[in-house]
Amino acid sequence: MPIIDAILDDFFWRALIGGLGVALVAGPLGCFVVWRRMAYFGDTLAHSALLGIALSFLISVPLNLGVIITCVVLAMALVLLSRTRTLATDTLLGILAHSALAIGLVTLSFMPDVRVDLTGLLFGDLLAMSREDLLWIYGGAALIIILLAVLWQGLLMSTIHEELARVEGVAVERLRLVLMLMFSLVIAVAMKIVGVLLITALLIIPAATARRLAHNPEIMAAMAVGFGFVAVSGGLSLSWHLDTPAGPSVVVTAFAVFLLVYGAAGKVRT
Amino acid sequence: MTDPLVNLENLTVRFDERPVVDQVNLKIHRGDIITIIGPNGAGKTTLIKAVLGIQKVSEGQVSLKKNLVIGYVPQHLTLEATLPLSVKRFMLLSGQSLAECESALARTGVGHLLHASVHHLSGGEKQRLLLARALARKPDLLVLDEPAQGVDINGQASLYDLIRQLRDDLNCGVIMISHDLHLVMAATDKVICLNQHVCCSGYPEDISHDPAFIETFGRPVAESLAVYHHHHNHSHDLHGDVVEGRHTECDHAHH
Repeated sequence: MPIIDAILDDFFWRALIGGLGVALVAGPLGCFVVWRRMAYFGDTLAHSALLGIALSFLISVPLNLGVIITCVVLAMALVLLSRTRTLATDTLLGILAHSALAIGLVTLSFMPDVRVDLTGLLFGDLLAMSREDLLWIYGGAALIIILLAVLWQGLLMSTIHEELARVEGVAVERLRLVLMLMFSLVIAVAMKIVGVLLITALLIIPAATARRLAHNPEIMAAMAVGFGFVAVSGGLSLSWHLDTPAGPSVVVTAFAVFLLVYGAAGKVRT
Repeated sequence: MTDPLVNLENLTVRFDERPVVDQVNLKIHRGDIITIIGPNGAGKTTLIKAVLGIQKVSEGQVSLKKNLVIGYVPQHLTLEATLPLSVKRFMLLSGQSLAECESALARTGVGHLLHASVHHLSGGEKQRLLLARALARKPDLLVLDEPAQGVDINGQASLYDLIRQLRDDLNCGVIMISHDLHLVMAATDKVICLNQHVCCSGYPEDISHDPAFIETFGRPVAESLAVYHHHHNHSHDLHGDVVEGRHTECDHAHH
């Protein structure tokens, strides 16, 4: 259809449509990041995305695929390493997060032929969203939403009390793995919009904002999606009008909404 | 007697070659209330995790009756402050109908809290909520890990009382861990004193005289329990009801 074509020809609309797709899944997944205290974990995965980009250039596979695979491998490594318990989890995450980022940057610097916009990768780029990226985003989003819908009860139960969930027959370990895969996927597709360094903010801030107003988990997830939409559309508009970097603009908008919501209502509800 | 709900045969669990649970044999039948006592690190929690099927067994066997429904009451429900959750939603996550959830809550005395937030419950209310959740599953076996932790002393007594009543209503088996020796002694059929291996087991009256028990807990504790029991043979429990059953059959001399 010509009208859709016209819209998709416009880089701003592509970024906005992509961003909204990301916010759609960042909402519920962000809730799990907040509930399970996985913020640092999300950061680590996000930082490893840069390594994924470097590796994708090195062995010439599509960027999105390279990033997803790197994130998945790192997530698995984290699960295995955290079982050995010789290092505290936050130490382990700190080591892997920054090493992955550093190795990614060093590797990229060894490839002078490859022209990458490092600022764009780190902080997001309004201009970078291609039609192919939109396919990745909406394909990934559809997969995540289906998985969440099917696994929601079990995920929620294992978040509330892992052992109780296990006794009741929830496949806790498998669900943890699926959750990691979903994080990897959302990080890979969100990278273009907000950049490697700010992805976790898009997961956490809308969810934390929603916590202020929600009485049950499902409402919180739905509200997080709403706040994510506000952050993305507000941030990208800001970026377009004022020529500010896309990722920081989205995060600044999300933060403003967060302050507004927490300021407008009194004590934290539980 | 029918088949046991749970049959542990030579159950051994090792962590790094160190046996934490060592060759434990135990049968749990319908109607049993079995309490596991023992010092810290005695393998109590590991033992019930093996019963629950969430602990890998190094040796021996855990056989559960076919289609056994287990109601598990964990030690704590520590909910992340960031996770909004009402009592109702938590109960419904058990997969049972609302009517069943409501009746289970009423049965454990927290029916009025249906719409409350789990975050606002007291320690005792949380334990009763967990108990209600286990109950809603209509369990054949109740497994409780220190059910009275964080509950005040009056609440503890009535909680153990409730557990006994639930056993009668459901005709289920009960196995629990407890540190509340005095209360356990009054509410239990059989006590197992665990210190990696089963160091002694039996009726509460007998066990406090067992040399192995005295060795594990020290003479003062054993004596205070024996006195307590003697005392209660002629008395009432903390709710004012006459203590029935084996307590009256106690034929130990004065101490």
